[in-house]
Amino acid sequence: MSRSTRWRSGSVRYAWRKLTNAGMLSLTGLAAFLAVVPLVWIVVYVASQGARFVSADFFTKLPTPVGVPGGGIANALGGTAILVGIACTISIPIGVLTAFYVADKPDTPLGLAVRFGTDVLSGVPSIVVGIFAYTVVVLPMKRFSALSGGLALAIIMLPTVIRATEEMLKLVPNDLREASLALGAPEWKTSLAVMLPAALNGVITGVMLGVARVAGETAPLLFTSFGNPFWSARLDQPIASLPHTLFVYAISPYKDWHAKAWATALVLMALVLSLNIIARAWTMIRQARLGG
Amino acid sequence: MIGQLVHLVGLTSALPSPGQSSDPADDLVKIRVADLNVYYRSFRALADLSVEILERRITAFIGPSGCGKSTLLRTLNRMNDLVPGSRVEGRVNLDGGDIYGPGVDVVDVRRRVGMVFQRPNPFPKSIFDNVAYGPRLYGVRGRELEDLVEESLRRAALWDEVKGKLHRSALALSGGQQQRLCIARALAVEPEVILMDEPCSALDPIATLKIEDLMRQLAQEYTIVIVTHNMQQAARVSDYTAFLMMDEERTGRLIEYGTTQQIFTTPRDRRTEDYITGRFG
Repeated sequence: MSRSTRWRSGSVRYAWRKLTNAGMLSLTGLAAFLAVVPLVWIVVYVASQGARFVSADFFTKLPTPVGVPGGGIANALGGTAILVGIACTISIPIGVLTAFYVADKPDTPLGLAVRFGTDVLSGVPSIVVGIFAYTVVVLPMKRFSALSGGLALAIIMLPTVIRATEEMLKLVPNDLREASLALGAPEWKTSLAVMLPAALNGVITGVMLGVARVAGETAPLLFTSFGNPFWSARLDQPIASLPHTLFVYAISPYKDWHAKAWATALVLMALVLSLNIIARAWTMIRQARLGG
Repeated sequence: MIGQLVHLVGLTSALPSPGQSSDPADDLVKIRVADLNVYYRSFRALADLSVEILERRITAFIGPSGCGKSTLLRTLNRMNDLVPGSRVEGRVNLDGGDIYGPGVDVVDVRRRVGMVFQRPNPFPKSIFDNVAYGPRLYGVRGRELEDLVEESLRRAALWDEVKGKLHRSALALSGGQQQRLCIARALAVEPEVILMDEPCSALDPIATLKIEDLMRQLAQEYTIVIVTHNMQQAARVSDYTAFLMMDEERTGRLIEYGTTQQIFTTPRDRRTEDYITGRFG
């Protein structure tokens, strides 16, 4: 076979190559399809099971005892909002400031320790975090509380916030930092006035993803915020939450509570899903705007 | 602050325009670099370098890539402090005071010695906020701030192009406009010296010409130091030229320093001649 004919489209070699290409492409397509099947399955199944019970009342009413029809999860919605609020109040300032330190001084002993610690922390099982919060808050206070639950969620959120912020800070062009310093701005001012605004969108995205993660956490709340069948906004009292309510309903032996569990699952899933979608849409819009 | 500006303008108008006076004896030394050695960890980037930068003149640092001309420039406002492992020996005197001396406020050094970078780097803020950034750090507010922003933009020859859209994003400006905005931003803190690190290398020829014209105007009031790869540019705009080269250890050394006219017409060193005639580099 001469050089010129070897690559011709009619050759056996060429046909084989085309075939392998098609085969491999189909394989990757199949794998991608299999990967989305669980997601679609869960969404469809939960929606079909839960939608029957979801109504306006479900969002605004308190839970009813077994056998009493109606009732809702208003206390759990409010409780989750409060718990997530506490988690954000603790984790955002600490996480963002930590990220500034780590991004600026990655090679110092403390910087290395924090980076390693962040990785380890993100791998700690959430129930262990719950036990930790139980030990440091619940035991001394001698009661379950919203505060202890919020703290547990804050610890779980922290690595996400630190990582997202750090990644965004690293993307801020060094030019901007130098421009500010060359104008005589001190480092802290440069961080606050130039770095933070430039990284803000990433920080917001990171926080939203973190919230989406902790909003669905059950294990760390089992022995911290505990759960509460009534309205409560007090930080030193047990408080209801969506995942915990779902857990209680699901393990109960009652039929009507099972139905409520599905409905709660639907609400929780919709909440987490929309947080994720908003976070990603936000990033995409910002990127598109910066590109144009 | 404005009063100070007006005072400066009044003072400089009586002085001869740059280029007229080519006798170094007439000029005041603004920055005196003596026996400067700069290290990045164990690597010696600049060795035994001494040079005098004259007030209200444009001094160009030229030389092949890696010869340390940017390092030298960034030593003049202590921007090299930001590079981990960098170390400076020797003296850099600004109006007689060593900027590396004990108790010197880096922030104040950088206020007095402004800098314009290779790539235009406006903040992702409005045009106004970019220029106002520096003055705001020093507490300038309100009417005074607005006046200062306008004044700075006028000096940077940008006012007429942006006066109607001060609150639009600076990123919407063209590259040349962005670079003049960066110059305006540097001028707004009323520096005495302006360092320019290849300010035109990212710009097209017309924008380059505008910046060069601007530099000539600014040299009536400010001391300007420019690093350039472009020898024609050095010849066009500068009053004095320093030629740097690296030795076998890749350490930058000053080969020759003199008036631009002398360097480009009668270089004393063989290496300078080779470089400016394009035999290497």
